[in-house]
Amino acid sequence: MKGILKLAFKLLVNDKGKYAALLVGITFAVFLMVQMTSIFSGILAKASSTVINLGAKVWVLDPAVNNVANSIPMPDYVLNAVRSIDGVEYAVPMYSGGALVKLKSGVFQSVTILGLDDNSLVGRPELIEGKIEDIYAENAFIVVDDAEISKLEHPRTGTEFELNDHRGVIVGIAKVASSGLFGIPTLYTTYSKAIQYIPSTRFTIAFILIEPKSSDAIPHIQNQVKRLGYEALTEEQFMQKISNYYKYKTGLGTNIFIMTIVSFLVGLSISGQTFYTFILENLEKFGALKAIGIKGKELVYMILFQAVLAAVIGYGLGVGFCTLIITIAKLKVPEYSANITFSTLSFAFVMVLIIAGISSYIGIRKVLKIEPFDIFRS
Amino acid sequence: MAPAISANKLTKWFGEGDLRAFAVREVSFEAYFGEILFIVGPSGSGKTTLLSMISGILRPNSGTVAIDGVDIWKLASDQIAEFRLNKVGFVFQDYHLFPRLTTAENVAIPLILKKQNWDESIKKAAYYLEIVGLKNKAELPPVKLSGGEQQRVALARALVSQPDLMIFDEPTASLDGDTGRRIMDFVKNNILTDKRCILIVTHDSRIFEYADRMMKMEDGKIVGIEKGRND
Ligand SMILES: Nc1ncnc2c1ncn2[C@@H]1O[C@H](COP(=O)(O)OP(=O)(O)OP(=O)(O)O)[C@@H](O)[C@H]1O
Ligand SMILES: [Mg+2]
Repeated sequence: MKGILKLAFKLLVNDKGKYAALLVGITFAVFLMVQMTSIFSGILAKASSTVINLGAKVWVLDPAVNNVANSIPMPDYVLNAVRSIDGVEYAVPMYSGGALVKLKSGVFQSVTILGLDDNSLVGRPELIEGKIEDIYAENAFIVVDDAEISKLEHPRTGTEFELNDHRGVIVGIAKVASSGLFGIPTLYTTYSKAIQYIPSTRFTIAFILIEPKSSDAIPHIQNQVKRLGYEALTEEQFMQKISNYYKYKTGLGTNIFIMTIVSFLVGLSISGQTFYTFILENLEKFGALKAIGIKGKELVYMILFQAVLAAVIGYGLGVGFCTLIITIAKLKVPEYSANITFSTLSFAFVMVLIIAGISSYIGIRKVLKIEPFDIFRS
Repeated sequence: MAPAISANKLTKWFGEGDLRAFAVREVSFEAYFGEILFIVGPSGSGKTTLLSMISGILRPNSGTVAIDGVDIWKLASDQIAEFRLNKVGFVFQDYHLFPRLTTAENVAIPLILKKQNWDESIKKAAYYLEIVGLKNKAELPPVKLSGGEQQRVALARALVSQPDLMIFDEPTASLDGDTGRRIMDFVKNNILTDKRCILIVTHDSRIFEYADRMMKMEDGKIVGIEKGRND
């Protein structure tokens, strides 16, 4: 078998022009598919960044809320009701809203303000500068050191700014796991300060964060919250909801999906076409192999091997190329969002195997059909 | 000892119903180890069809072929492939060499299909290339060789698995007279053994002298077998 596969390898690889065209087709398709899906996955991860960063196990929200940035405030009684649900260890309110800050240079910059519960500071970020207790100080804000921080003119502890005619001062710098989608900096403060600084509607609780007594209690909590007319989602469910929103409600998902399918089809047609020409050109030779005495299944292995070989190498090249481009892009543009994840890689791999499968299927059918007698007679 | 080939009432037709046309009609003959048997006859008389049925390439509509006593068309299709691989050496009219492989690799193909070790197969192939006088062309692709040289590569490929039966269809049709005769000399002196039977289909009267026997076909039937001129 090894010898037969080596033969298959040489037949393919020695045909340099076609082999190159085959690799280009597959590499191109993989590159585009991985690029598309990675960008999308990056966007989805960024869209869920607040959920990831706050790390609460269960979130209570208005059912109409599709992402963290656009919350619908809830009345205070919901918080009390949630606190009295069986299985709730504790529940805290959280503020999330947008605001404009006026920087020292006079420039206005929009920011996201996250207000943490004054008593517990649930969801507090990890600080790389300053102490978390300083958040209680007058005018205190903690800035997140993400890709957007430079938009606040490189703040340090002690940097001052204006927020709706209030003075604000940076008391700490935090690092977070994931930065946001909207390209604006994030400031943490306390819940009470947030509603004091930012003009608010009648209700001020954007989200309620719940720590359940155990994960077994979650279904019960969800039921009870539902009775209140609100929705309790686990961290994963909330991220899923946000993802689904971007996937299905914004046109973004559809576009990426179409582009991915187009990449797949382009790759399929280049490689399928090339592989088919390769088979056609060697058809007589395969017929001669048949006459000499190769068995049908050995021929099938040869062609499958050639297709899979090209697919795997093209896949490697495509992924490598894509990684390179994304790495370079991230170096140049900090907020560039593209995540090559296990699922984007697996997805592209499956698609590439489908390309190999379709290409070799056509070739195999052709080769199995030729009669060595016709070769002999020619 | 069984005859090398024993064909009994071999019949092949193409097309069905009104379109049915007989290519070979109830042909029976025997051929023996140690002989070169020529099959001659006008174009369309069924020579290639007969050759294909004998060598396990084309299934007859009726009749039997026994090679060295084995009724080949009773075998399963994988076994027939194996029979061809082990017992038959083909030299096709247009050689059918792989242009992307070296001549040595081309020659080694039957051994590789027999699952022999790659390097050893190449070594054996080089040995047979030496026999056909192409020792120093082993690393070249076949396209760099002349027609006569390519013919000899095809010959080496047919020889490498040491077949009992060698089948040539028009081996000299595309060669000049001298080259054709040189190939035939080689076949007669180096390839023919008393354990081997060689079947040659040809139109080329320049090489008739190499036949031990000549079988004439017309319209799908054998119309005569005569001794060759060289005895
Ligand atoms: N696949 C096929 N379909 C239909 N008819 C065929 C087929 N193969 C052969 N024939 C017919 O069978 C007859 C014998 O053909 P064959 O090739 O055996 O002749 P041949 O003696 O080898 O001729 P040539 O000297 O031209 O090679 C011809 O009439 C041919 O048209
Ligand atoms: Mg013929």
